[in-house]
Amino acid sequence: MPIVHDTHLQDKLASCIEHPNGCLLAVENLSFSYPDGHAALHNVSLHIEAGEKVALVGPNGAGKSTLMLHLNGIFLGDGQIQIAGMQMDKASLPLIRAKVGMVFQNPDDQLFSPTVFEDVAFGPLHMGLPEAEVHARVERALEQVGMQIYAQRLSHHLSMGEKKRIAIATVLAMNPEILVLDEPSAGLDPRARRSLIELLRQMPMTMLASTHDMRLVQELLPRTVIMDQGHIVADGPTDELLTDQALLEAHGLEQP
Amino acid sequence: MHINTFDHYQTRNSLIHRLDPRVKVVVTVLLILSNVILPDGAWLAFALTWGMLLFCSLFARISPRFLITRSFVALPFAFAAVTAIFTIPGQAVFEFNISSWHLTASDAGLIRFFSILIRGWISVQMAILLTASTPFPDLVHALRHLRIPDIIVATISFMYRYLFVLSDETVRLLRAREARSASLTGKRKRGGSIRWRARVAGSMAGQLFLRSYERSERIYNAMLARGYRGTLMTLNPHEMQPKDWALGVIALVMLVIIQIVGRNYSG
Repeated sequence: MPIVHDTHLQDKLASCIEHPNGCLLAVENLSFSYPDGHAALHNVSLHIEAGEKVALVGPNGAGKSTLMLHLNGIFLGDGQIQIAGMQMDKASLPLIRAKVGMVFQNPDDQLFSPTVFEDVAFGPLHMGLPEAEVHARVERALEQVGMQIYAQRLSHHLSMGEKKRIAIATVLAMNPEILVLDEPSAGLDPRARRSLIELLRQMPMTMLASTHDMRLVQELLPRTVIMDQGHIVADGPTDELLTDQALLEAHGLEQP
Repeated sequence: MHINTFDHYQTRNSLIHRLDPRVKVVVTVLLILSNVILPDGAWLAFALTWGMLLFCSLFARISPRFLITRSFVALPFAFAAVTAIFTIPGQAVFEFNISSWHLTASDAGLIRFFSILIRGWISVQMAILLTASTPFPDLVHALRHLRIPDIIVATISFMYRYLFVLSDETVRLLRAREARSASLTGKRKRGGSIRWRARVAGSMAGQLFLRSYERSERIYNAMLARGYRGTLMTLNPHEMQPKDWALGVIALVMLVIIQIVGRNYSG
């Protein structure tokens, strides 16, 4: 199934770049250096409109993960970040963390509670929701990823594909506006990968996914952003960028 | 690949399994304390305690053999008490020489030694019965509801979750070492000197520590990303039922009887 470009969305994006307050996600001139002095991001600007599904690609060490960790304030660099109309600062952090659902690369890092239920309930509980609402959200999130019967299972007994789905459920339970996925298909066998792509495709939610899996990009994500050495070097429709062999090779990528 | 040897839990449908985990934790801890404070040589009380334990294990449909074989893990620690045989004054039972040492075993010393052995052995079996009849997450909940400090409960909970991840990681490291520990044809000895092997083991331990440390940072980030702000919160899925109270009270009465017996009929 080819990806569909929504021209209406592109118009909306154009207007959001002009008026960043209207964007779901607006990053303006973000720079960041690690404490050891290594500069990871240089003047990165990125705008994402509600409903977009965006790929973030580039070689290892390009700054993809660093950028993602800025999106819910785990790293605080120099520059402006706005999410759903809120300026990123210490006061808005708890609200922003509920809006941005981060799915980390290794589900063993994300699933830290003894049971699946407790892991999915972690986000809603720490948002201060009442007990009944927490239960309802856990149930719905597990249903969304097709894992209802796994609630009482122990996380360490699950397969990689199952863990990945649960990891996605842990953030869906927080009702995020944008799903940020770090290497969603890494470590999955072909069947698990295929079913994950189907799952993500069916979700209407805004997504930003960093990946090396160019076929996943081609099938799932209509817009692609290429990063290299802390800069955004290209940003455009996936079909166009993926046919530009010279551009891809210059940044250590390959055509699907 | 998973290493499940840490998981003692035995799935059964029994009264003991359905008991509120708080009751089980409190009763187990109190019985272990009662073991510890029984006087030396209170054989009848020890027997009574053990009988009660066996009764509970039959009730839980967990075979006493399971408890006994698992309890040998603690045996080396109990043998630390072996010095008691020779250091407590009393009637000499037997004596012997080890090089220049002359050791005399006293009757009081022997009684102390066997009492310590039995106390330890019964206590370990109690703990094993507790973990075999209670799923670990429920145990953690029980500790939390019993107002054990958050930091300790969180540490136990993370330890349980990541013990498996860590042991998998260790197995992978060992396997990588095995894969590269080759030998030349005709040479019988594999690997290098003890010193060299120790160095390899040392750097593997270091690797494991660094990996765990980095993992802990990633986990903390994942917690922050889902709104963690310094205190862990959980739901309360357990409600004390009348039968929980009743069984708790019965256990306490038994405990008092054991103590009375132990104090009046010790050898």
